[in-house]
Amino acid sequence: MAGMIAKARGFAPHTRGLALLILVIFAVMSFLVPDKFLRPYNFISLSFVAPELGLLSLAMMVTMMSGGIDLSVIGAANLAAILAGLFFHAVGGAHGPALSGLSLPLVAGGFAIALAVGILAGVLNGILIGWARITPILATIGSGQIFTGLALVLTGGPAIVGFPEYWNFIGNGTLAGLAVPLWIFLAASLAIAIVLARSEFGISLALIGTNLKAAVYAGLFVRRTIFLSYVGSGVLAAIAGIILSGRTNAAKSDYGISYLLQAVLIAVLGGTDPAGGRASVLGIVLALAALMLLASGMQLLRLSNFLVDATWGAFLLASIALNLWRSRR
Amino acid sequence: MKALFGRSESLVAIALLVAMVVIGAINPAFFGLSNLFSLARSNVIVGIMALGVLTVMISGGIDVSFPAFAVAAMYLTLRLMLAADWQGILGPFALASAMGLAFGLVNASLVHGLRMIPLIVTLGTGALVRGALLGLVGTSQINIDHMPPGLIHFGSAELFAVRDASGAHIGLSAMILIYLALAALVHLVLGKTLLGRGVYAYGDDREAARRLGFDQRRIVFFVYGLAGALAGFAGLLHASMIWLANPRDFVGLELDVIAAVVLGGASIFGGRGSVPGTMLGVFLLVMISNSLILMHIPTTWQRVVVGLIVIVATAATSFRDRRRAQGGA
Repeated sequence: MAGMIAKARGFAPHTRGLALLILVIFAVMSFLVPDKFLRPYNFISLSFVAPELGLLSLAMMVTMMSGGIDLSVIGAANLAAILAGLFFHAVGGAHGPALSGLSLPLVAGGFAIALAVGILAGVLNGILIGWARITPILATIGSGQIFTGLALVLTGGPAIVGFPEYWNFIGNGTLAGLAVPLWIFLAASLAIAIVLARSEFGISLALIGTNLKAAVYAGLFVRRTIFLSYVGSGVLAAIAGIILSGRTNAAKSDYGISYLLQAVLIAVLGGTDPAGGRASVLGIVLALAALMLLASGMQLLRLSNFLVDATWGAFLLASIALNLWRSRR
Repeated sequence: MKALFGRSESLVAIALLVAMVVIGAINPAFFGLSNLFSLARSNVIVGIMALGVLTVMISGGIDVSFPAFAVAAMYLTLRLMLAADWQGILGPFALASAMGLAFGLVNASLVHGLRMIPLIVTLGTGALVRGALLGLVGTSQINIDHMPPGLIHFGSAELFAVRDASGAHIGLSAMILIYLALAALVHLVLGKTLLGRGVYAYGDDREAARRLGFDQRRIVFFVYGLAGALAGFAGLLHASMIWLANPRDFVGLELDVIAAVVLGGASIFGGRGSVPGTMLGVFLLVMISNSLILMHIPTTWQRVVVGLIVIVATAATSFRDRRRAQGGA
């Protein structure tokens, strides 16, 4: 309990720092490209694009809490979307009104398939890391290759284009004035925040990441907890894949590759300790907002996407340095 | 120690022989001279990079930035050669290696200075270097018309050549000599010098290495510097061998190289791994991915195969290391 209180105190300056970062980015971009950046359209389009990256960052955070990492999230997300897409094309044809007008139960079936892929991906990672005791880095590099490879084998390379309208609603629709993807991301964030703070699983996960040996001697279910964290990560990845394919009406084996670095970056910038034990959902939300504002501003400034990628790399290194400086203080 | 290395190397060697027999049984064309020569040639670039990654992994680190360093060193060197009308061989290779070395030393100072998880550091530096290269320097390929003739001439040198029944030219690339020489050098440094033994000691038990008086800073700078220098060298060699410099090259190559090193018996926990094992691992990985077509397997399966290799090899090393730990060694 005392540890948790100390942690809550530790978070406050970090959250303030991120809020300040958002303000600075907002002010600079408003100054540089006021007419384009401040248009409501800019923020509305961000509320559709940001959530899939946010979900992947949450997945990264959950696995980092135990000192692990999940580098297979992109592969799992694409495989989930592709299998759902193949199912839709099998029952509704490759294009035309039969596909776009697919009934709700069948779309729900596709949803179940995608979620099942996410769960299975997480189960595989969980077994490899929890029981076979493979390092998370190598286990998820390997499984990510398998997921991406299977996606490539299933599609032969080109994108699967054309999803049912109900499916695309998940990526493009609005509900009560807000983007559906944003609702999903907010719901997932809230659920994870509650699970991490209140459930036995969440507290065990933080303890395992803080001190594995102590957790073992304290009689925590270490393997089961680590296993579940990777299953959770797989499910989050699958939901990100559903949103991505719904938003773009397509699924492909190499979509969203640059999301991997960004998800790691947002997790670290959001205050997650990659060595384990410390994480904050609020931090993830704020870091996501900061980086999405920065990215949209850089795009409005007509900077090349490559420079945006380079900026992510620089930000990752800077946030590491910042974390270190903070912890030494 | 020695018997153990011998055992894991002989395991890889046996796997290699079995794979050769199986592939040859499925398609006898495997044992054709032209296939064997092209296989030997395909080892060179992956192999040289693997020597650097092996050294990093023995020290207990990991490097995913070296493909970005390789492509940056290669492209910058060639652009400079074209701009300054610089014809040479030794000079450009020295420059490319020096650039790789400089990038590697940045990794080292971040890993050592910030005590940050190497995966995160190298994700950041890799994205930074690749993004800056493509965003600031350019994205256009340098094709054969513009490649310096000296480099092309050097890259196409052959040890010897024969003519097959139809009169086609089959040559064995002389570049394998460079690979073998570098491998011998790294093998000697790791095995016979105080610095090399320090890399093993540091990877095996950091605290013990420190108490023995090994200079940790020197070891970290050596391993990441070597990985960078070898990557820079291999990058320019690659361009000389294929007569083409593509700044978008080497994307995802880190996975193949890490897979090969792990396959060769190195452990990500550090302290274990050898040059002969890594060379066998590289050969096995290159052979399997190059032989999929010969085995009538669509090349889309390549990623699945690489992923399976990573998982099986890491599971095997993890099992081996645990048995060793339980054996009280």
